[in-house]
This record gives sequence, C-alpha cells and structure tokens, in this order.
Amino acid sequence: MLLIRCPYCGLRDESEFSYGGEADIARPLEPETLTDAEWADYVFLRTNTKGRFREQWVHAHGCGRWFTLVRDTVTHAHGETGVFGGVEPEADG
Amino acid sequence: MSGPQFRLPADTLPDGRIDREAPLGFSFNGESFTGYAGDTLASALLAYGAFPLARSFKYHRPRGIFGAGAEEPNALVQLETGGYSQPNLRATQIELYGGLSAASVNAWPSVDFDLMRVNDWLSPIFPSGFYYKTFMGAGVGAGRWWRLFEPFIRRAAGFGRAPTAPDPDRYERMNAHCDVLVVGAGPAGLSAALAAANRGGRVILVDDQTEPGGDLLAGDRRIDDAPAMDWVAAALERLGAAPDATVLARTAVAGLYDDNFATAVESVGDRFGPGAPDHLPRLRLWRIRARQIVLATGAHERPYAFANNDTPGTMLGNAIRHYAGRYAVVPGRQALLGTDNDSAYRTALLLARAGIPVTLADARETPPSALADAARQAGVDVEAGCAISAVLGDRRVRGAKIGRVLPDGEISGALRPVEADLVGVSGGWNPALHLASHRGARPVWNEAQTCFVPDDLTALGLRTAGAVTGAGSLADCLEQGYAAGRDAARAAGRTKRTRKPDLKTDDGAAGAPIRPLWAVTGRQPGSRRGKAFVDLQNDVTVKDVALAARENYRSVEHLKRYTTLGMGTDQGKTANVIGLALMGVETGRSPEAVGTTTFRPPYTPVPFGALAGRDRGALFDPVRETPMFDWHAANGAVFEDVGQWKRPYAYRRDGESLEAAIGREVRAVRNAAGVMDASTLGKIDLKGPDVVTLLNRVYTNDWETLKVGRARYGLMCHEDGMIFDDGVTARLADDHYVMTTTTGNAVTVLNWLEMWLQTEWPELRVFATSVTEAWATATVAGPEARRLVSGLDSDIDWSDDAFPHMAVRTGTVLGAPARVFRVSFSGEASWEINVPAHCGPALWQALIDGGATPYGTEAMHVLRAEKGFIIVGQETDGTVTPHDLGMGWAVSKRKDFIGKRSWSRPDTARPDRKHLVGLLPLDSGTVLPEGGQIVADPEQEPPVTMLGHVTSSYKSPSLDGSFALALLKNGRNRMGDTVHVLRLDEGADAARVVAPAFYDKDGGRMRG
Ligand SMILES: [Zn+2]
Repeated sequence: MLLIRCPYCGLRDESEFSYGGEADIARPLEPETLTDAEWADYVFLRTNTKGRFREQWVHAHGCGRWFTLVRDTVTHAHGETGVFGGVEPEADG
Repeated sequence: MSGPQFRLPADTLPDGRIDREAPLGFSFNGESFTGYAGDTLASALLAYGAFPLARSFKYHRPRGIFGAGAEEPNALVQLETGGYSQPNLRATQIELYGGLSAASVNAWPSVDFDLMRVNDWLSPIFPSGFYYKTFMGAGVGAGRWWRLFEPFIRRAAGFGRAPTAPDPDRYERMNAHCDVLVVGAGPAGLSAALAAANRGGRVILVDDQTEPGGDLLAGDRRIDDAPAMDWVAAALERLGAAPDATVLARTAVAGLYDDNFATAVESVGDRFGPGAPDHLPRLRLWRIRARQIVLATGAHERPYAFANNDTPGTMLGNAIRHYAGRYAVVPGRQALLGTDNDSAYRTALLLARAGIPVTLADARETPPSALADAARQAGVDVEAGCAISAVLGDRRVRGAKIGRVLPDGEISGALRPVEADLVGVSGGWNPALHLASHRGARPVWNEAQTCFVPDDLTALGLRTAGAVTGAGSLADCLEQGYAAGRDAARAAGRTKRTRKPDLKTDDGAAGAPIRPLWAVTGRQPGSRRGKAFVDLQNDVTVKDVALAARENYRSVEHLKRYTTLGMGTDQGKTANVIGLALMGVETGRSPEAVGTTTFRPPYTPVPFGALAGRDRGALFDPVRETPMFDWHAANGAVFEDVGQWKRPYAYRRDGESLEAAIGREVRAVRNAAGVMDASTLGKIDLKGPDVVTLLNRVYTNDWETLKVGRARYGLMCHEDGMIFDDGVTARLADDHYVMTTTTGNAVTVLNWLEMWLQTEWPELRVFATSVTEAWATATVAGPEARRLVSGLDSDIDWSDDAFPHMAVRTGTVLGAPARVFRVSFSGEASWEINVPAHCGPALWQALIDGGATPYGTEAMHVLRAEKGFIIVGQETDGTVTPHDLGMGWAVSKRKDFIGKRSWSRPDTARPDRKHLVGLLPLDSGTVLPEGGQIVADPEQEPPVTMLGHVTSSYKSPSLDGSFALALLKNGRNRMGDTVHVLRLDEGADAARVVAPAFYDKDGGRMRG
C-alpha cells in the first residue's frame, strides 16, 4: 500500500485516496471542431507509460482535494505533487 | 501408540524450552497423546517416534515430520473440527494446548492403509506432466478425460477440508506505525531491535515463534560464556525497558508492500484452542507502516536428494538439532547425518551429548579439522567424502546406505550400510528472502554460499541482517543485526549515538566451505532404486526434473507448471533451489541462469477470518436507515437494499400477498393518495454565482432559462455520450440550487462534479455539498394528494396557480422549515416535501393520519413504468444515449456539454441503434422476464439474431394487464411489429411493439 503525500494533508495511506488516471488531459474547448479520431483520442486513449507518469488522485477520505502526483509505474516511487487551479496549499503544517 | 519413549530424560540436555511441570493431553487421528507446554504439535508427536502422519500428494507414500517450522512440507493437519476447524496447518507451527485435536489431511481412507498407494506402484504411467498433458491438452477428448477422472483426482489429492459451519471466533485488526520494523527475533533481529531502540527509535520486533531467540532456541549456543538464551532474556528486558519498543511473538509477517507497509498475523486466542478465554480474539491482523524495515528472517535448511529420502524418520539435520535441544525429543536411537557443509556438526555434537550414536557422512573430502576432531572426540563416526545414497525401510527408517560421492553427486564404489532409525540431511541453507521478494528484491546467486540472497533494497528503506544474507556465524549475525538496526534508526531520523556491544560468541575455529550437493544419483547394478524426491509436498522427483529438461520445459516457470515443483502450500521452501540447481545441471546452466520465481504474499497462509476481522455479518457493510425507518418496520414494510439503504419495497397488511400489496399501493396512488419515503434520493446543495454554468456543462439540457422557484429534469452523460444519471434540479435562489440524483449514484455524482470543478473548471465559483442525510423526504402523490397536503399545518399555498407542476417552494410544514418540489415520478399530481431529518417521522405520521396510503419502491417502479419514465441502471446500462431513449427533448442543441460530441461519432449517430420501446405481451397475463432476450424468430437455428432485451416488466393494476419496457434494435421503426421474448428456461412469449408510454400519455393528471 502506497504512502501518498497529499499536498494539503501530508503523507497518508493509499486507502484514503481514489485514483483519477492520467493527468493533463485537458477537455477540448471546442469539441465540435475535432475529428472523430481526435475526439476518441481525448475520450478513450491514454498513454500507458512505463516509468515516471503524471497522474491525478483525490484525497477522497480526507480533504477531498484533487492533485497531481508523479509516480513511477515500475517501482511505485513517487515524486513531486501538484495542485489544480492555483489553489496553493497552506504552509506545511 | 506406546508412550513418549523418544522424549529425552530431563537432565540429558538441560536447556530445553518445554515445561515438564505442565503436561498437556491431546489427540491426533483419534489417538491420545501427552506433550508439554512449550511443545509444538510436531515435537509432541515426535516424542512418540517418527511415525507416518501423512500421505504424499500424488503417490500417497507414507510421510513423517521433515522440518521444524514454516518449511515443513509433509505434516499438514486439519486442526479441530466444526466451525473452528482449519485445514492444512503445519504441525511444526501449531503450539500445543491441552485438549488439542488434529487429524492428517491427506490420507484416504487412513494413514495406515491408503488405497491410493496404488499411484506409487503405478507411477510409470503417472509420469510428471501426466495431468498437464492429459487434461490440459487441446486434443480431442481432453475434456472428456477430465470429467471422467476429476472426482477421483480431487478426492485423491484432497488436502484439508474447508469448514462448513460458520466461524465462531472473533478476529481483530490493529494498525501500528514505527520507525523500525524488525522481522525475525533471532540473534540478528534482536541485535537490530536493540540498536534501533537504543537510538531512540520506535521499534516493533515480530517473530513467528512462540518466543524470541530464533536459532538460539536450540539451546546449544553460548554468548559471553553463558547460554545464549541468557543474552536473549537480557535483550528482551532491555527492549521492555525501552521507551517505545514492542515485541510481538507468535506473529508471522504475511506480506510486505509498497512504502514499507507490512501485514502480520498474531496468534492470540488461537494458541489456547477452542477453549480460549472469551475476551481474546483468535487472531490479530497487524497492519504496520514502518519508516524502515530490517529483515532478519533467517534461512531454511535444504536437504539433498537420495533414494527414499521421504521415508518417515528422514528429516532436516537442523530440525533434529532443534527438536533435541529445544523440545528434548530425538525421534530415533541411532542417527545418520548427511551433510555438505559445517552446520551438521552442531547437530552431531548435540545428539552425542544426548547419548545417541551418530554417523556423520560429510560429502567434503576434507572436513574442517577442528569440527571433525571435536565430533570424533564426542564419539561421532565422521565419514569424509561420503553421502547418503538411500534410506531403507518403508513406513519407518530401518537403515541407510552411504558411499563415496563424486563431485556430480554420483556414488562411486561400494555402498556401506549404516544402522540408523533417524536420518538427518543438511544440504546447505536457503536464505528466507520471501519478504524481500515481496518488495521486488531480485534473488542473487551467491556462489560461495551456493544460495540465493536478496539484492540490496536500502533505497526502499529495507535492510537485511543475519542468515538471510547468507551469514553463517553467530558473530556475523549479531554484527550485521546491530549495523542494520543502527542504520535503519538513523535513516528514520533517530540520531542518538549508541555504542556497539562487544559480544563473545562460540563460533570457534574457521570451518570449510560448502561442497554443493543436490542429488545423490548412484547407479547400483542389480539394486532397484527408490524415488529421490526434490519436492516432498508435491511429489516431484529428481527424475521428473530431468524429464522436464528432456521435454524442453527448461525455464523456471515451465519447470514449475510441468512438474508442480514449489507449487504446494509450502511454496517449495525446501525444494525450489534444489529443483533449479538440478535443472541447471541438466541444461548446463547456473541456478541463477535457470532463474527463480517471484515470491508473493502471503509468506505462510493467512486464514480468511484474520483478513475479514470484524467486518462480517452486520458489520460487513454499513446499513443506512431513513428517519422514518421505525414506522416502516412497525407497519409491515418488506425492505429491499438499495446500495446501503434499507428502502420499503412494499407494505404488507395481515394476510396479504406481496403482489396484492403492490397492486393495492399502485391503485391507491392512481385513485386516492399515496405517500412514499424518498429520503434516500441524493441531494446536492449547489451554491455560487457560476452554478448555472456548471449545470449547463454537466446536464444535456439548457439551464439558463430556469427561474427561481422552478425545477427541471436533467440527464447527465459521460464524455462517451452515455447516460449515467438523471434527476431534478431546483433553483431556490439566484445562486442557490438543489440537485437530486438517483439513490445509488448520490456519492458518485457529487465526486464527479467535484472532479470537474477542481481539475477542469477551477475558475467556476461553485460549492457542492451533499445534504442527502440532512433532509427527510415524503412524496405525496395521487388525485387526493392536494387535499391532503393542504390539510397540513403550513404557510405554503398549495393551489395549482400558486404552486404549479415543476415548481419549488420553501416555507414551513408542521412548524419545520420545508422545501417542497412539485415533481412527479408516478404520473399523478405529486409533492416531494423535504423537512429536516429529525422532523421526518412527524411529517410522515401527519400524512398517514391524513389518509395517505404508504407505498414502496415496487409500486413506484410500476407507476413510473406505466408512464414510460426510465430508471438509470435499469433502462440504461452505460451504452444508452438520451436519443436511444427517445429523450431528445432533454437535449440542448445550443450549447456544448459533457458527452455531446460523442453523439456524432458514427456508432452513436446510427439510426438503427437500440431504442426504448414498450412491449405488450399478446397474452396479457404473461409478465415477460426482465433481462429476457428479444428475437424475431424463436425457431431460428443458432446463432440466433438478438434484437435487444426487456429492461422493466410488470403486471399493471391500472392497465389490467402486463406490459414491459425494452431496448430493441431499430425499435422506433418497429412499432406494431410482433417480437418474441425468450423465457429464462425454455420457449418464448410473443409481444407487440408499442410506444414506451402506457398511461395518461398527455400528462394531464400530474399537472392537474
Ligand atoms: Zn488531503
């Protein structure tokens, strides 16, 4: 079980979190202008990265905040976390 | 069974761990025995001799106890009976208690007379790979053979039986955190725990034995010129005095996981058996998060193979040492020890001290002189350059033959018979690297020690110390343990300085390296040789490995599957390395090149009870009750589970059938007034200036035009264009909305909104809050409903002009603040009255007193289906768009929203997708089966063309007949057609395709 660093709460057990898949999949601003292939790529296709992978998690049984986390999909080593929308966590408590 | 004649007299070896003042009676296979406190079931049985107590898996040969711990391959027993019973426990790991009752697991009809022994005599026709080739082959008839043989094979192979009665015991779960977790309380582990505790670390030391000490429990080691167990006692005392050190005996670490998370099973009440004190749980599952871990898990001795090396009385050499020193049991009068390394000398010396004549066959041409001299001085007959070739005897060891052994394991020259009834074999040591393997450690072949050791895991916060690293001497174990404990504590941030203890050990003069010996393969002209086993539990022989090599099953994974090597409940703890090495010999590769398999949790089997803990029965899943639950329960409600909620399915009156109750409830709503508890509907409070923007993006319809005081129905899709929830959202104020969701999706929808709000649209100023439990909801519906709600003490104007369909009003009802939605899921005029949860029962009672008939979820389903209203999850299954349901009216063409773009993909744009239709059975008394497949021609030869399926089907009290909703391919263009719905057993029912609305199609009643 991973120990995940919530940027808002600190290190917590993986069981407190839910996984949200690959990060940085921005919703197209004008979906109607996309080809079917481009739309399918956004809806269905994800990179299946071996190694360092930026993904999003939510601290579901904690503060409820979504954040990004870099995780190595081979070793599970995790690195930097990021927050969404410029909502910066308060100074480390 | 004669008495415990193999228990040594009390003064023979004085340092044992049994309490002769505490005799314990127990039974095994129905016979009575006596052991002592401190015994294991295995040691207590061995006191009566090394008799057969199991039959082997495939050949059903008699088997006795082989090891002394987790490595035991043979002595699997079924412990106790009834609900308490546990199958496949190793006798070597069961702590003896008074009244214990156990039985062999793999003997049919009995250990003494085993019908299946025929497998042994027929073994030429059951070679390795027999099952594999016969039953797994793709050839014609493989399946037929399997059906013919399966019952026989299952019976014959029967390991223990799962209990059929409910488990009467209690299990606990404990969560713990520490700086340093030390696994194994032998000399290395104790040393590590002390070093870490001295540094000020929070330490947990776990060990699966009944008491700490590890190898020192054999009682023949000395530290600082005193019995080593004195040092163990002092170490425990110091750990006891440390500010935060926990020592857990009888606790086996089952698995190591990411970021140094460990699970361990502690035997608590278990060691007292079924008579354990009530306050004790049987087992306690520890979930330990450690900053750093030290693995001091020791090593398992491995044997080498020789003919009939499975005869009861043949054991691991070091197991014999432990039984003698720790339990004062030597299950023989004359011992033969075979070794290829130094470790057997301690066994030989201990047996000699106990007065047992010992022959020691050392495969090395030149045994280390210091050891050999000491052994000879003690009376041991040391035979250099010799190995055991065969054991004689059938159900017991009756003697053995040894001979000079060549480097490849072949015997040269004549064999010499040796009188012995106890044979010990020491083929080297396999570090217990299982737990390191759980964390991804690659086993590395150490040529000097001829064993696999775990590679370096320091980067993961994992260190190893002691025999698990291949260390052989006590001094090395203590030293490595200290270093690992100190470094682990330092890495965990504990920086207090400590001084390394200076301990004197009895390791003595330097020994000699191991001369690896895997199997003794002498070819004796004229003598019929017995089987030489590699894997005792799965009956894999040396020949089987050779056969696998010849048939080119050479990789370790193929070797395993072909021969079943290492696939038993012991995971091949004594067998794997020999098997790999022999495969290496056959194919000219090193054991490392053959490769090892990955060990996965659990290290030893974990009972389901320990994993379940308290989460069973009523505590398995929370039960959610609405504020009106007590009224429902007191008034005949039959409940159904909707997620965790208990919802009334229908209210039965005395003597009334369920069907009659549902019919009565439906008629009450259609003809008078009914009231339903709708408190479980998901309710999400949405506040902020951007709520309408959010609604426009997540719902398929338009929300700009919704005025304060009005409500609107909406559909939600995922980006793939498929419906995932629906519900009514009302606008209470400019920036305040309440969204309702389906009961089952309340949490999912809130989480989904949060995800979009946080990750994609953080600029939207919206707060979404679940208020589901804050409100109790009573839905009043029917032609008499207005009269009824008008009679409530309330400041709300209920008239149609003031409060039309799809309006929402706030006010007070019975003095409580209320939110009332005029929405209808039944097709009748209907008001959903929400009051604070604690006011729910009073509101409910007032409505009942006013004359409303309570109705349940099934009547609600019938009512809504008559109207053609869908239920998400019933009419939809994740492949259905709003257009498929004919709900294009709920889709905006003017805006973008989640899922819209997917509808122009070719598959979703097809005109002949499955559409929602109504079905009227030609025989109006027939209720079509929900889920029933729809076909055009039930007589069609397979494969039959499937057109869709029935999604909802009811008998309608309002229509005086049955009806159904269905998803039907190209359904909107099949109106009036006759289709056929297959029954679940046989046959089909004809039905006419109609529009999916059966009652009050213009909706006049709900607006009225
Ligand atoms: Zn958090």
